[in-house]
Amino acid sequence: MSSPNKPERPIPERIGGFAVVRRGLAMSPAIKQGLGLTMLLAILSTMGGSVVPIVIQVTIDSGLGKGGNIDTGKVGTYLAVAGVLIAITAVCAYAMRVRLFTASERGLAEVRVDAFRHVHDLSMLTQNAERRGVLVSRVTSDIDQVSLFLQFTGIMIIVSLGQMIVATVIMAYYSWQLTIVVLVCFLPLAVSLKYFAERMSRAYDVVRRTVGELLAVIAEPVVGASVVKSYAIESRTQRRVDKGIDGNLQANIRAQRLVAVTFASAGVAGGLANAGVITAGVILGVAGNLSMGTVIAFAFLVGLFVGPVQIATQVITDAQNAIASWRRVIDLLDTPADVVDPGFAGTALDEGALGATFDQVTFAYPGGPPVLTDINVTIEPRERIAIVGETGSGKTTFAKLLTRLMDPSAGTVLLGSTDISKVNFDNLRQHVVMVPQEGFLFDSSLADNLRYGKRDATDAQLVQAVDDLELTDWFESLSQGLDTPVGQRGESLSAGERQLVALIRSSLANPDFLVLDEATSAVDPQTELRATRALEKLLSGRTSVTIAHRLSTAETADRILVFDAGRLVQDGNHAGLIGVEGVYARLHTSWVAQSHLSIDLQR
Amino acid sequence: MSDKQSVSDKETVSVSTSAEADNLGAARPSTANGMALLGRGIREQKKLFTLSVIGSVLFGAMTVADAWVLGWATDHVIRPSFARGDITKGALVAAVALFMAVAILRALGIIGRRLIGGIVFYRLIADYRRKVTRKYLELPMAWHHRHPTGQLLSNANADVEAVWAVFMPLPMAIGVVAMLVAAIVAMLAADVVLTVVGLVVFPALFIINIGYQRWLSPRVAHAQALRGSVSAVAHESFDGALVIKSLGREADETARFETVTNELRDANIAIGRIRSIFDPLLEALPNIGILLVVLIGMGRVTSGAAAPGDVVQIAYLFTVVAFPVRAIGWVLGELPRSVVGWNRVRNVLDAQGSMDYGTDVLTGDGPVDVSVRDLSFRFGDSSGQDGNGDVLRHIAFDIEAGKVIAVVGATGSGKSTLTSLLTRLVDPVTGSIHIAGRDIRELTHESLAKTVAVVPQSTFLFDDSVRENVTLSADIPDDDVWAALRTVQAEGFVSALGRGLDTELGERGTTLSGGQRQRLALARALVRRPRLLVMDDATSALDPDIEQRILRALANQTAGANGPTVLVVAYRKATIALADEVLFLDEGTIADRGSHAELIGRSAAYRDLVDAYDQAREAQA
Repeated sequence: MSSPNKPERPIPERIGGFAVVRRGLAMSPAIKQGLGLTMLLAILSTMGGSVVPIVIQVTIDSGLGKGGNIDTGKVGTYLAVAGVLIAITAVCAYAMRVRLFTASERGLAEVRVDAFRHVHDLSMLTQNAERRGVLVSRVTSDIDQVSLFLQFTGIMIIVSLGQMIVATVIMAYYSWQLTIVVLVCFLPLAVSLKYFAERMSRAYDVVRRTVGELLAVIAEPVVGASVVKSYAIESRTQRRVDKGIDGNLQANIRAQRLVAVTFASAGVAGGLANAGVITAGVILGVAGNLSMGTVIAFAFLVGLFVGPVQIATQVITDAQNAIASWRRVIDLLDTPADVVDPGFAGTALDEGALGATFDQVTFAYPGGPPVLTDINVTIEPRERIAIVGETGSGKTTFAKLLTRLMDPSAGTVLLGSTDISKVNFDNLRQHVVMVPQEGFLFDSSLADNLRYGKRDATDAQLVQAVDDLELTDWFESLSQGLDTPVGQRGESLSAGERQLVALIRSSLANPDFLVLDEATSAVDPQTELRATRALEKLLSGRTSVTIAHRLSTAETADRILVFDAGRLVQDGNHAGLIGVEGVYARLHTSWVAQSHLSIDLQR
Repeated sequence: MSDKQSVSDKETVSVSTSAEADNLGAARPSTANGMALLGRGIREQKKLFTLSVIGSVLFGAMTVADAWVLGWATDHVIRPSFARGDITKGALVAAVALFMAVAILRALGIIGRRLIGGIVFYRLIADYRRKVTRKYLELPMAWHHRHPTGQLLSNANADVEAVWAVFMPLPMAIGVVAMLVAAIVAMLAADVVLTVVGLVVFPALFIINIGYQRWLSPRVAHAQALRGSVSAVAHESFDGALVIKSLGREADETARFETVTNELRDANIAIGRIRSIFDPLLEALPNIGILLVVLIGMGRVTSGAAAPGDVVQIAYLFTVVAFPVRAIGWVLGELPRSVVGWNRVRNVLDAQGSMDYGTDVLTGDGPVDVSVRDLSFRFGDSSGQDGNGDVLRHIAFDIEAGKVIAVVGATGSGKSTLTSLLTRLVDPVTGSIHIAGRDIRELTHESLAKTVAVVPQSTFLFDDSVRENVTLSADIPDDDVWAALRTVQAEGFVSALGRGLDTELGERGTTLSGGQRQRLALARALVRRPRLLVMDDATSALDPDIEQRILRALANQTAGANGPTVLVVAYRKATIALADEVLFLDEGTIADRGSHAELIGRSAAYRDLVDAYDQAREAQA
């Protein structure tokens, strides 16, 4: 397995980082609120570390350095002031952190919920299953990254920078010559910072990629257990898993190597700076330009540099990743919702049975060829329509346009006499319901899943709905009745049972216009017929559109719409279409052949 | 910011969800368990761990030495030079050399501690991932059925990482203990009275750290579990988007997501409050200590009991030692989570059972006969009081070699279970299955897999090329692969894929439709020329046309002497029509058996099931 994997995320551009942060803050008023005061507290909280070197200098130069005759009054005053300053620092640091944690968590929770809602408003979610995993990471790990950035990396950058600036100012005040010595010792590291940060960023990209590969291969002995066992490919699977584990191990060790080297080199720079300070300090001191306390205070000030420099590479890498995450979240929120709910401005549909009209409707996925081309058709109220066509002929797209799960690229869809895009969603979904092929269930009880159709249904109403569809036998076979847990995605039930639940759910919704997209394809024939017939009875007087996987449905429909390669090619009832040469006759012949012919031969 | 912090942040991001991570309170892990776990890890990586501890001790010793050098330089270089107005050259050179030597040794120590310590940590994780996945491969399907997929994945990923997370700060913590001992010795050598300040401040730091981590750790685990819930809700909601949209439930879903998001927010704020108290406190404490040292030091120096360099040294010690001391807190804070993770991982490693295969090998080729005797099966360990829980009850039938048998029955009649029994994905409670006269329990795993191929209802594709997905690494020439793809009507779409057989499938490759996946699964079975082919509703996602063509091609092979014996689970009449005989299953027993025409003639239940459409049509007419 050697796919030329691109890194999962492009290496973030460094330019534009500040713009992303500005934009992100503007999007989250809760973070920005009181940010000025938080910053002020942050600056105040950098004082504490700088106080100690000053006290050391004063104490030594007030007599301690000479071994006696200490000016205790002066030193005492300094100690007292220093103590107070350290206490103030701690209080400021506390206040700053609480404010930052609270504000950033509140702001990001809002962003998380906004992004989640926005994803549901994007039609790509219903079009493109592959993108779902990516969208999940927008509202989970990407926002977690931003949160870590604001609360840890962010604090560190502010406090470390503040500390280094204060330390540099104090140094410069004491002696510009020694300051230069210290800065020169750290110069090589500062210069190589960018290089190390880039390498580390690449190393972590590799780690992330190997994590992705690892998760995929580790799933094989779990998700693919039955395949692995029935083909006796345990050793092959183990080899693949081992390879994934090793790849991840090596990538982690390589990244760790960089971390160790940057940490160690900052320590060496610190040692070098101390040696330089003592040497230069003694030379300058003997020349009379410097006090003894100053030289020793410098050793303490150098210490304020070592820590920040040690973690600088890591901090830069983390910050880059977080900004890249933030940018992705902002990009998501900036993607215009393509199927927009007109909301309060929208109109409501007329009560009673609904018809529908497609007026020169064409649909294509962005950048793709048309899936449906120039569809013109009117469905009368109370008509029972069957849609027929081969896989890929555009049947499901037709159904999605009819229920406004997507909007056409050109043309208009009308419900009754109203443009479907002008109907507010609440009203639309009350009238028009589609039952998709995949009977998706939520990891909860049967009752909870049924209530997706009717929020406030009582248990008795749920049971009634089951009975109405003549599914009592099946329902009674469930061990815990309405409380039966359906498992993740409904996987504790069979595919057919999931479709039954979806059917009951939609009958509870009680729509005026029902669209069934191969909604019973996995149910056994007997049950299927019983349930769909019962559903038809329930919905008599309503309009229904059924995408038929068995042409028996088409035989009994009021009207059949036949699709081929994205076009509506035939329109009529069974009796009318069966005699004409065309797609319907061909499909029907082949269907009859496989479901009847051989049997008849055997008879 | 600690090195350890950034590591756990990386994990947070990569870790998959583990909703159970919240069990912390339930299984109170004792310190003894934690120590036993540490012992296990140390034993398994003895050499490298020792090296990393040596590195860490070196780091600790050099940190103390750094302060000592500063003190020494104060008394032997700085003060004499300033006092005499002349540089003490020899001592200055010595001080510079000492500073550099200490810095370099300390750097070596850091590399040993961080790099080798990191290798120990990552190796332990890799080793245990191997152990867990090996166990998954070994444990029988019955065990897999009992455990949710999500839990097993998190056992191999997040839980294994949690177990060994404590090894990241461990070498440093041990080095810190050495450092503290060295620091106290150095202080005692400098001045006994000033040492008392250290003996107050260091243990205070130590205790505050432990309290901090103990307080924080369960809350971090709780937040981690909530992060899992947020992710689970998002996953589910986006997967079910079509249903949510078509029923107009977006607002309700958003409210559901907001509830877990707000829980996570509040948990994170609670963590933030704890950090906000402790982090500033831990930073302030050593600074206060230094002020105390200066205050007391003035008296000691005036009385001549201590040299100025001693005061400088001890003050400096406080600044360099304060941060590393936190490592001990990290270890003690991480330990309970490690123990919880270990308990979960151990549940897998200690799980008993594996499918015992025999030693016989079936030779020859061509179709095999099948003989099933008194077969009963039920799920779970329950001993089933009255046989009510049985999925299959006393099934018995024979299949002649080369025949095609259709298994027909309503949803839940036990068809899929029968197919699982034939390949020993599960073993029966009673009864036996013989293939070519041999009890399948006496066959080796390879021989059974070579003889019987099963195509399940749902297709699992590997994150690999088309070729690998068909051959599963068996040595099969491309011509044979293409021939199998032709039989299953997959030649066309595979050729149309960008790189033919080399096209990558799965998560990061091309995605296929349900019907295309099923066809690859069929090709996977056919390419190995099985002698018994079992298809469990394996063509459900195919267009009837394509299904028909595939079944015809299969039937032609079977009609020749070299095709397999076929057992096919089916609803569609066309499929049934191709069978020589039908087994009609009803509630776990064979209700009837015979040709389709015979069953139609004598079994009302069979008629109702299979002929439903015709009946409907007749009713209409």
